[in-house]
Formats: sequence, structure tokens, C-alpha cells
Amino acid sequence: MNAIIQAIVFLPLIGFLIAGLFGTSIGAKASEHVTSGFMVIVAVLSWFVFFNVALGETEMIRVTVMRWIQSGSFDAEWAFRVDTLTAVMFVVVNTVSCLVHIYSIGYMHHDPNRPRFFAYLSLFTFAMLMLITSDNLLQMFFGWEGVGLASYLLIGFWYKKPSANAAAIKAFIVNRVGDFGFALGIFGVFVLFGSISFETIFATAASYLPAEGAAEGGEAVINLFGMHLDKAHAVTAICLLLFMGAMGKSAQFLLHTWLPDAMEGPTPVSALIHAATMVTAGVFLLARMSPLFELTEDARTVVVLIGAITAFFAATVGLVQNDIKRVIAYSTCSQLGYMFVALGVGAYGAAIFHLFTHAFFKALLFLGAGSVIHAVDGEQDMRFMGGLRKHIPWTYWLMFVGTIALTGVGIPGTVIGTAGFFSKDAIIESTFASHNVLSGLAFTLLVVAALFTSFYSWRLTFMTFHGEPRASHEVMHHVHESPRVMLVPLIILAIGALLAGVLAHEYFFGHDYTHFWQGALFTLPENELLEEYHHVPLWVKWSPFCAMALGLVTAWYMYIRSPETPKYLANQHRVLYQFLLNKWYFDEIYDFLFVRPAKRLGTFLWKEGDGRVIDGFGPNGIAARVMDVTDRVVRLQTGYLYHYAFVMLIGIAALVTWMMLGSSF
Amino acid sequence: MTDWPILSAVTFLPLAGVVVLLLMREDSAAGRRNILNVSLFTTIVTFLVSLWVWWDFDYSNPGFQMIEKHAWLGTGISYHLGVDGISVLFVVLSAFLMPFCVLASWVTIEKRLKQYMIAFLLLEVFMVGVFVSLDIVLFYVFFEAGLIPMFIIIGVWGGKDRVYASYKFFLYTLLGSVLMLLAIMAMYWQAGTTDIAELLAYNFPRQMQTWLWLAFFASFAVKMPMWPVHTWLPDAHVQAPTAGSVILAGILLKLGGYGFLRFSLPMFPLASEYFAPMVFSLSIVAIIYTSLVAMMQSDIKKLIAYSSVAHMGYVTMGIFAANTQGVQGAIFQMLSHGIVSGALFLCVGVVYDRTHTREISAYGGLVNNMPKYAVAFMVFTMANVGLPGTSGFVGEITTLLGAFRANTWVAFFATTGVILSACYALWLYRRVIFGALEKDSLKSLLDLSGREKAILYPLVVLTIFFGVYPAPVFDATAASVDLLVNNYTAAVQAAQDVALSAKMTTGRD
Repeated sequence: MNAIIQAIVFLPLIGFLIAGLFGTSIGAKASEHVTSGFMVIVAVLSWFVFFNVALGETEMIRVTVMRWIQSGSFDAEWAFRVDTLTAVMFVVVNTVSCLVHIYSIGYMHHDPNRPRFFAYLSLFTFAMLMLITSDNLLQMFFGWEGVGLASYLLIGFWYKKPSANAAAIKAFIVNRVGDFGFALGIFGVFVLFGSISFETIFATAASYLPAEGAAEGGEAVINLFGMHLDKAHAVTAICLLLFMGAMGKSAQFLLHTWLPDAMEGPTPVSALIHAATMVTAGVFLLARMSPLFELTEDARTVVVLIGAITAFFAATVGLVQNDIKRVIAYSTCSQLGYMFVALGVGAYGAAIFHLFTHAFFKALLFLGAGSVIHAVDGEQDMRFMGGLRKHIPWTYWLMFVGTIALTGVGIPGTVIGTAGFFSKDAIIESTFASHNVLSGLAFTLLVVAALFTSFYSWRLTFMTFHGEPRASHEVMHHVHESPRVMLVPLIILAIGALLAGVLAHEYFFGHDYTHFWQGALFTLPENELLEEYHHVPLWVKWSPFCAMALGLVTAWYMYIRSPETPKYLANQHRVLYQFLLNKWYFDEIYDFLFVRPAKRLGTFLWKEGDGRVIDGFGPNGIAARVMDVTDRVVRLQTGYLYHYAFVMLIGIAALVTWMMLGSSF
Repeated sequence: MTDWPILSAVTFLPLAGVVVLLLMREDSAAGRRNILNVSLFTTIVTFLVSLWVWWDFDYSNPGFQMIEKHAWLGTGISYHLGVDGISVLFVVLSAFLMPFCVLASWVTIEKRLKQYMIAFLLLEVFMVGVFVSLDIVLFYVFFEAGLIPMFIIIGVWGGKDRVYASYKFFLYTLLGSVLMLLAIMAMYWQAGTTDIAELLAYNFPRQMQTWLWLAFFASFAVKMPMWPVHTWLPDAHVQAPTAGSVILAGILLKLGGYGFLRFSLPMFPLASEYFAPMVFSLSIVAIIYTSLVAMMQSDIKKLIAYSSVAHMGYVTMGIFAANTQGVQGAIFQMLSHGIVSGALFLCVGVVYDRTHTREISAYGGLVNNMPKYAVAFMVFTMANVGLPGTSGFVGEITTLLGAFRANTWVAFFATTGVILSACYALWLYRRVIFGALEKDSLKSLLDLSGREKAILYPLVVLTIFFGVYPAPVFDATAASVDLLVNNYTAAVQAAQDVALSAKMTTGRD
């Protein structure tokens, strides 16, 4: 088993090295086949591990690879920890990555830099695997920033486009803002628990907080930013810092601005990194740290709040976007918000369940969008599509499956439903059932977001595939169905999008919960959400269904029945429309608040601080005085050199003389 | 253990090269080649000997090793050499960077090649000498003498404002040296010895520690350089030839940090503790201020120079956090920075040799015709940003952890540096490397030559190696750093106990 796990993690790395270092000499075909071949092996092995660890009897596996940083009591190793949570992520990451590799063979067919592209994809997969197999927080940070690097490289893959470069840098820097919190969180964990290894943290965390009414435990354990925090508050503060990292990586409200821009990258990248895997790393982090988060209601309330706002906010922006990829990007952002709400209310299983199903249908939608873009010669604006249904029927029906999975089509109370139906409804019902102070607000926002989700998803379908063609005659003439190498991955994902929910819901968040997770997700005894969410009122169970149906009908009315309505509404509510179209003006606000002041401050410090003050009063000022006095500037540098050597020699001579005198006494 | 004077050998071996060079003539192509070959050979042999020092080094011994001691001048001063876990790797780093300097100067130095190489070899003698000296006067001689070849290198082979740059360099260092010399005299007067090992064991009175600490600080802070005495560095870097920048960033900047570790922290623990908040503040200002300034630079070398100041901020912060992670991290950060910033300056040299400009706006789209160069530059940029998996990360994260344990506010502000470094480094990379190749002056540039590959590829490998497996460095430094930190803590604790009991006594009275 150890060898299998090492193979899973390191084969993508080897693929990256082969394609990256020798890509030009072995050629594009060979690079594609090597990296994709490795990924097929890795994906098969991942399912094997999944069946053994998650569904079978195998206990948690730990593989030590090598020492890393060891300084005093701080000890971070390269080691793998594979429990059910990791096994689930194995399946998600490697299945999607494998399919994306294969799909890219078709999609990137015309690109001259294919070896580099496949190398980056494999590098990303490796970093992601390091993240999910990590045994301590620092290794997770390695994977965390490693996927950030791969994301940066892939967003900027077409480096001749200035917009792609800008988006790549933006993604990296916004993620760094999150990592700032993550790093401080890691330090805090080390100070509190004396270790950053999960094993030790989890063992200590269980009995970390003093029991109710205990005498001790009130004293401060850490002085964090001037606050003397006792154990309970310290855990809250640390969890919030870690959550900041998760917000960056998972594009949550306030740190979400990079995700839509990341769509500058090739579409397979968007499917793999910016939909199915990397952006869910934040969800994974919180689920992994559930033994800590479970101890702090306050931190989880913040998670609920941010998650709910994200789900709602991103959905509103998604309503009016015209770029097909951006609509799906905002949808991803919104769905991640759902997952965070689930984490916040304590339904960790539901969050990971949604992560699991979302990976299938969102990758499907993105790759389907890629297939559309491929068909219409790179056009991404839905205003120039329409009527494609007849021309690319496979893509249409596969996207259709993705849409019904995303919007959560299914009949409440039965087992008939798509993947999203099971996972999203589980989140909405758990939110309602939870005792969090914000559960009412979160529930409302999530249901409204479900309505919007349904609307923008169907809007996308209708604008792209239905109605009259709006593309130029020339483009329409060329429209062609994608090759088989692109369609087969889509079909596999579509099967997952249809069946993942019905097959897996009992394991992730149902009867087999305990046996399935085997303690990988920690819940306190008083957290009985698993039981309670089954007993919510009937109207709660039906509310997401109604929202979904309402969204569908509205979209149908506005884009099929009466296509003039959207324009009319946009004109009628100009301000609101612009506000949404410009993504609540976040980019402009951040530019005004951070980017420009930083640049101005930098120039100011350089010219005024360094130039006028320090140099002015320092060396230049002295030089001016010296020149006033001596009034001759002859061979400045040699002159000073002699002075210097002279001063030094005099000094040493004086010292030696003095010591000789001293020793003679 | 070897019984022959290996430290003297590694220190003075370059002198043998100097002697040979003095006998050579530079008037023909063959003569030039011979000079280069002799210099390269000398530096490589010196590096191999330094590796032997590392190989022979006993990790478990926290004290000084490979000691050589001879009376000198019939005074209290002695010729006393030795290394411990703090200094040994700096010896290796100094010797390691030299062959790269020779290679980097292979074609670019057109006039006075012989004198140039002699200056570099002398510089190596003095630099290594600083790290192996166990007598404070010997240390001072090496420490100050090393600046003279550097002046000459900047002043003679530098760019067009070289006079201003070397003048500024001179003015800053002069003040520090004078104060340090006075402090050394005072120490001798007080302790009656100039032997570093004995001085380490001597307890200076509290009042005196303060003054001595300040005097040493004046010298070391300039060398680091710490804000606000950093402005000589960007000018010196910009004007220095590529190899000069490599030594400046790679080794000269480490003298300050080494001095803090060798003198300030262990000899004046009470003063160090007293002044730590000030050092923290200056470090934070350095990190944030110079990162912002770096972002707005239009000259590549200046940008990297400012980023060096920011990275040295992590070092001073780690040292004065005075715990194991802080100090070990600081040492690692210095070594890593020696490799990474040296490599970045070499990268600048590669394109400067082709276009003779350092203006960022003159570049763009180099990835199109220089893909290998782009990869190497990317690795060093990421190391500069502190990406995990590169050596830059290890130093940054351990110093930050050390700082967090000392004071969370310090860690908070210093960690903003990870955001700012990403801003300036990635922006630089984008403007130089990415984009379409539109400028005519760049279209004919060729990718790395064989010599340039030989310079950059080993550094790429080391940057990643030490990022993934930094254990050799941490193992070598662990014992000595533990000793240093324990002594420091004990001294501070003892002083507090005394103060406390004094207070209690007076309270009882």
C-alpha cells in the first residue's frame, strides 16, 4: 500500500519532469502520452485506495518519505497521511486530472507549446496531491503554494496576452494575501500545540479545552497581536487565521476577485484547477482541521457568514455575465460558498459530499464550455452564440446533464435526483437544522442563491444552444462537434454527475457516515446534525426544489419565450444592472484602496524617503559640506580610498601600540 | 580531525593564485585565457578545501573546532582561527560563490583583467578570514580590509556613476568602522583579552554592554544593511560589475548578520534584549518600506538590491528573536539569500551582457527566444518570493516562526512581506520575460551559452535542493545555535532574577 501511495503522488511529478525538461526533444505527442498515461495509472490506483481505505477496512495509512525542516522542537517531515478524507480527494483530484489531461490532447491540438502545458498540468496534480496527503500543516502549505504556482503558470500560459499575465499575477498575489493568514495560523498552532503534525494536534485538541466550570484554563496561553487569549479564544483566533488562507484559495467573498480573471487560462485548466480541485483546497483545509474548528463556535459563525455571502454574491453577479466561462466561474465561487456554510454549521460530511459531486458536474460544465468554444473558433461571448444545439448535439446533451446536476434536479423525499440535488439539499437542510446563530440568514441566502443558480445555468444553456444563431455566417459554417478524445471524458463526467449523488450520499452524509469516515472528520458528541437534518419541516425540503423550478421558468421566459425582456429589465434598472455587471465594483475598489496607494507610497518612499531625507541629510549632505570646505574635487574615489586605508591603519597601529604598552605594565 | 592547518589553507590559498597571477602578462588572448584559467582553478581548489572543512566538521560539537593558535606580535593578540556551526557554512558559501564570479567575468571584463582577478582573490582571502577569525583584532583587520578590494572593484570596473557609488559605500562604512574599533579597544581594556572564545565567556557589565552593543551595531547595521542606512547598497549594486554584485549580495551582506551572531547576541545579551524591540522595528520597516520601494524601481539591479534589503530584514528579525528557530532560520536565510540573490544578479548579468541596459522597460518577451533563461530566472524569482520547495521559503518561514514566538506583532508585519515580495518579483518577471517579443533590440538575443548554463544550472539545483532537503544546514548549525540561545536565555534570566531579588530586598526593607 505504501508503494501505491508513493506512486500516486510521485508519478505526476515524474511526468512533469519528463515533459518539462525533455518536452522539446521528445516532442509534443510523447509528452502528452507520458503525462496522460501516468495520470491514467494514478487515477486507477486512486480508486483502488479509495475502495480499500474509505469503503474497506484499511485503517489510516502513514508513509514517511524524508526529513524536511527541523529546528529545535519545530519538526516538519515529508510524509503522507491517507485516511478517508484523503482517499476521497484522491478520487476527485486524480479522476478529474486524468480526464482533463486526455481532453487537453484534443483541445490543445493546435498549440505549439503542448509539452509545457502538459508539464504544468502534471506539476499541478503533484502539488495538489502533496496538499491532500500532507501529514502536517507545513507540507500542506507546500502543496498550497505549489498549486498556486501551477495556477499562476497556467493562467499565464498564453504569455503573449497582457490580460493573461495580469490575471496570473493577480491570482498569485490575492492568494498570497490568504496565505499570509494561513502562515500566521500555522505559527499559532505551533505555539499552542507545540507541533504542526496533525497526529499531535488532533490528539491534543480533543482534550484541549477545559471542561465547563473547571477552575484552571482561564489564563492566557498566547499573546496574539496584543490580546491575551485564553485557550478557547486562542483556538478561535487560530481558526480564523487558517480560514483566511482558505478564503484566498477558495475565492471566498473579499478574496474572490482573482477567480473570474483566472478564466484567461486555457479552458481545461479552468475545469481542473479553478472548478474541481484547487479551489476546493480551502474546504479540504477546514475539513481536515475539523478537530479544531469543532471547538470554536465563533470562528465557525464567521465561516457561515462568509460562505453564505459568497454563495449569494457570486450568484447575483453570475446572473448578468455574458462570457460563458465567467458565468461558470461565478457559479463555482457560489458553490464553494455552499460548502463553507456546511463547514461552518458543522456538517463537514455534507461539505465534502458537495465538493465531491461538484467536481464532476462543474468539470463537466467547464469542459463542455470548452467544447463549445472549440466549436465556435474561440468565441466566449454568449451574445455571439445561440442555436448551437443542432450543430453540436453531444456537447449540448452533456452540458444539459451538467446543468441539471448543478441546479439540483430531483424529487425531494425520493432517491431520484442528480448529484447536485443530493449534496446541495443536504447543505441547505443542515443549515436550517443547525443551531448556529446565523442559520436563518444563511438558509435564506442559500435558497435565494439556488434560485439564481438555476436561472443563470439555464440562461447559459438557452443563450448558447437555443434560439437563433447570432454568430457570423462564417463561424456558423465551421461549427463542428469535438473529437472523441474530448467527448469521452465528458461522458465519464456526465455519468458521475448523474449518479454520484444517489450512490454516495449514504456514505458521505447518511447512514454509513461513521463507518465511511472512520474519524477522519471530527464532530463533538453534541453535534447531531447528521440526524437532525433528516427531520426538517417539509417546506424546507421543498424550498430548494421550488427555487430551482422558479429559476428555470424565469430563464425560459426571458430567453426563449420573450427575449426582449432582459434588455428591457437592464434598461429599466440601469444602476443595478451595472452594479452586477461590474461585479459589485470590487476590482475598482481594491485598485483604489490598495494597488494605487501602494504604488504611490512606494514612489514616495523611494524619492522622498531614500532620496531626499536619508541621502539628503546623510551622504550627499556630508559630501556637500566636505566640498564646501575643501572646494576641490580631485579624483574622488581614489582619494577616499586612501583616506580609508589610512584611517584603518592608524587605528590598528594605535591599538597595537596601546596593547604593547598595556602588556608591558 | 586533520592535524594540518586546514583553515589557514582555505583562507590563504587564493594568495597562491595571486602570486601566480602577478607573474603573468595580459597582452595577448592566450595571456587572458591563462589568467582566467588560473583564477578559476584557484577558486575551485579553494572551494574543494572548504568542502573538506565542512566534511570534517563535527556536528555534535557546539564549540570551536579546527583551532589554530599562534602568538602574534608578542602582544595579547594572537593568530587564532577556528570555526563553529555558525561560521563554517559561511566559509563554504564564500568559497562556493567565487568560481561563479570568475565565470561571470569571463568575457565582460575587457581592461585590467589581471588586477581584477587579483582583487577578487584578495577579497576571498579577507572574506573567508572574517569567518574563521577567533581573535577580535584579526577579525577587524579582515573585516575592514575586505572593503578595499570591493571599493576598487566598484570604482575601477563599475558603471558610469561608480565614483558616487563607491564614495557612498565608503562614507557609510567609515562611521561604523571607527565606532567598532573604539568598542574593540574598550573590550580589551575591560576584559584584558582579544580572544573571541575568552570574550564569549566574559560577562560585561550591563552599562558597558549597552555602549559596546551600539558601537558594533553601527558597523553591522551598515553592512546588513538595515534601514535607514541602506541607501549605499542600491547604488553600489547598480554600479558594480556583475561579479561584484554577486559578492556584495552573497557574502558582504552576511558579514553584518554574522557579526550580530558572533558578538552582539552572545557577548552583550542584556543589551541585545534591551535593544531587540528597536531591531524588530527597523527590520519591519526594512521589509515593508524597501519592498514598496522595490516595486517602483525601473532598474532591474536596483530592484533586486532593494529586495535584498527586505530579505535581510528577516535575518535581523530572526537573530534578535533569539530563539532556536529565529537564529537557525536567520543563518539559513543568509545562506539561501547568498545563493538566490547571487543567482539573480548573475541572471541580470546575462541580459546586460547582451543589451547593455538594465532598464526594465527595455525588455519584454524574452521567454520567446530565451526559454532556458526564462526557466532559470523563474526558479530564482520564486525563491526570492519564498515559494515552498525553494530555499527562500525555508529561511523565511523559520525566521517568521521565531519572530512569532518572540512577538506576534512583529511576525504579523513581517509576514506582509510575503505579499509584497510577490508583487515586486512577479511584476518584474512579467515585464522582462513575458509578453510578446516586440522590441527590435531583443529579437536577435540568443539563449544561454554553455558558460552561462554552467553558472546558472548548479544554482538552480541548489536552490531547489535546499528547499526540499535543508537538513544538512540545520544539522550543521543546530548544536552551536542551541549553545548560543541557551547562554543568551540564561544570561537574560540571571539578570532578571538579580533585578527581581533586588526589588524584593528593597521591598522588604
